[in-house]
Amino acid sequence: MKAKQISVFLENKRGRLAEVTQRLAENRINIRALYLAETVDFGVLRLVVNDPDRARQVLSEANFTAAEAEVVAVELADRSGSLAQLIGPLAEAGINIEYLYAFVGKSGENAIIIFRFDDADRAIALLTKLGFRLLEAEEVYSL
Amino acid sequence: MIWNEKIECLSRDELRKLQAERLRDTVARAYSRVPAQRKKMEQQGVKPEQIRTLEDLNRLPFSTKFDLHENYPFGLFAVPMSEVVEIHASSGTTGKVKVLGYTRTDLETWAEVMARTLTAGGAGPSDLVHNAYGYGLFTGGLGVHYGANRIGASVLPISGGNTKRQIQLMQDFGSTVLCCTPSYAHLIGETALEMGLDLKNHSLRVAFLGAEPWSESMRLEIESLLGVQALDIYGLTEMIGPGVSFECPGKNGQHINEDHFLPEIIDPETGNPLPPGERGELVLTTLTKEAVPFLRYRTGDLSSLDYSPCACGRTTVRMSRVCGRTDDMLIIRGVNVFPSQVENVLMQVEGTEPHYLIVVDRERGMMDQLEIWVEVVPEVFSDEVKQLEALEKKVAAELQSALGISVKVKLVEPKTIARSEGKAKRVVDRRELGK
Repeated sequence: MKAKQISVFLENKRGRLAEVTQRLAENRINIRALYLAETVDFGVLRLVVNDPDRARQVLSEANFTAAEAEVVAVELADRSGSLAQLIGPLAEAGINIEYLYAFVGKSGENAIIIFRFDDADRAIALLTKLGFRLLEAEEVYSL
Repeated sequence: MIWNEKIECLSRDELRKLQAERLRDTVARAYSRVPAQRKKMEQQGVKPEQIRTLEDLNRLPFSTKFDLHENYPFGLFAVPMSEVVEIHASSGTTGKVKVLGYTRTDLETWAEVMARTLTAGGAGPSDLVHNAYGYGLFTGGLGVHYGANRIGASVLPISGGNTKRQIQLMQDFGSTVLCCTPSYAHLIGETALEMGLDLKNHSLRVAFLGAEPWSESMRLEIESLLGVQALDIYGLTEMIGPGVSFECPGKNGQHINEDHFLPEIIDPETGNPLPPGERGELVLTTLTKEAVPFLRYRTGDLSSLDYSPCACGRTTVRMSRVCGRTDDMLIIRGVNVFPSQVENVLMQVEGTEPHYLIVVDRERGMMDQLEIWVEVVPEVFSDEVKQLEALEKKVAAELQSALGISVKVKLVEPKTIARSEGKAKRVVDRRELGK
């Protein structure tokens, strides 16, 4: 139920994001989803890719600081209210969301939400109990 | 204008006679009253009676900041505490500050040398001195204050900070003399421009700037921004604070108050004295200091001495603008910072050392800024922005507490900082002091 996400430290300066994408392209790594968190001086790029181990290796070799983080991907029907139904119970259970990002799946009917929880195991147990569909790691990498 | 014509224009022969007399007295006092000084002289195999003339000076051992560290806090005092009336301190390398004391006579001396400094720039009883040097353990504020008192000027002890209010008061009160660091003078000028004020048509006439290295191009900029004559003043806490030397309007080096401070230039590698005109390390011996006499104190400042007559009529030797340091000490907003202090702090924060760089910058219209660049290596990386921001804040807070000045911490990607062979380059000083 947990997938690996690659997080990369980026300075806020020209060309850094281009450098990351270039390295990944050269190594035929396919980006499934990405999200950039930024401050004035730096950013943290979060990537879901088809081959996280290889991506991390490629970026480390290019002198980027890249780390793995465990994330949970949840599939939701792409209609109003479905995210609220998901977030509400998490809040009630006191499970913190460190961050999340969302995109629409290939079919166009479903949305995929990628979560980073403070306590992934509890979140998985709760969401499974509530009947949400969580994606297996392999499913996430081949989105 | 000359405050003390009798002394400042004394013939070189008479001056040397006076210096030799005072040197003998200082050596005798240091030997008999400060065990640490006596021990150093004994190790060097020199007795006070062997020091007769100025030519004997180089038989004496050097003293350095390490003597202050070893004898912290009062071990170098040559008088009982009952005779000490004031204590100042400046930052040091090992977390211990350099502690210096003043007797009542020392404070008189301080007022005298600062009166000479201010008078050389044309300040007098009818002037209003806007003193934006920091008041406190730092010697800048009170040194200028005592000098301004001595010449009978009105002194506004405003200290640093709140620049807009400073400018407002300067305007309202009609200040004629400004005393502060060069970077603060520059900031005042830039801030006034932002406020839509043109200080050039204001009452300010002269600025006494020191406690920080600065360049000739910066002088021109400050003079044009503020419409003042900007004069360089020099001093260090170990000697007395400001008042060791000062520029006359000829701006051709700083006249050393030689009746109180005896200068030499040495080769910093060999310790051998260098002839006049050659650049080397400035070494100073106090000639009148009572509380803490210093023999051949190595300032770490690179300069040269010019004994040729000055158009102003003073006969005292002029030291050239300090053009660098023999060690890696940085002077930022009047505060001494050693890279080793930064390293000590970073060693306490896991993962940040040795991948760091110290960057000193002086952006236009800004005060000197100390930035510490820390490489985000895997050990310190977190994919949560708040963790990285917490790291920045933690490092900044610990550095500020250790160094006594605010520090900006910047997280950078690995390998941003050049790895040179052998010792990594740890300091980048962008203040362009050479110009």
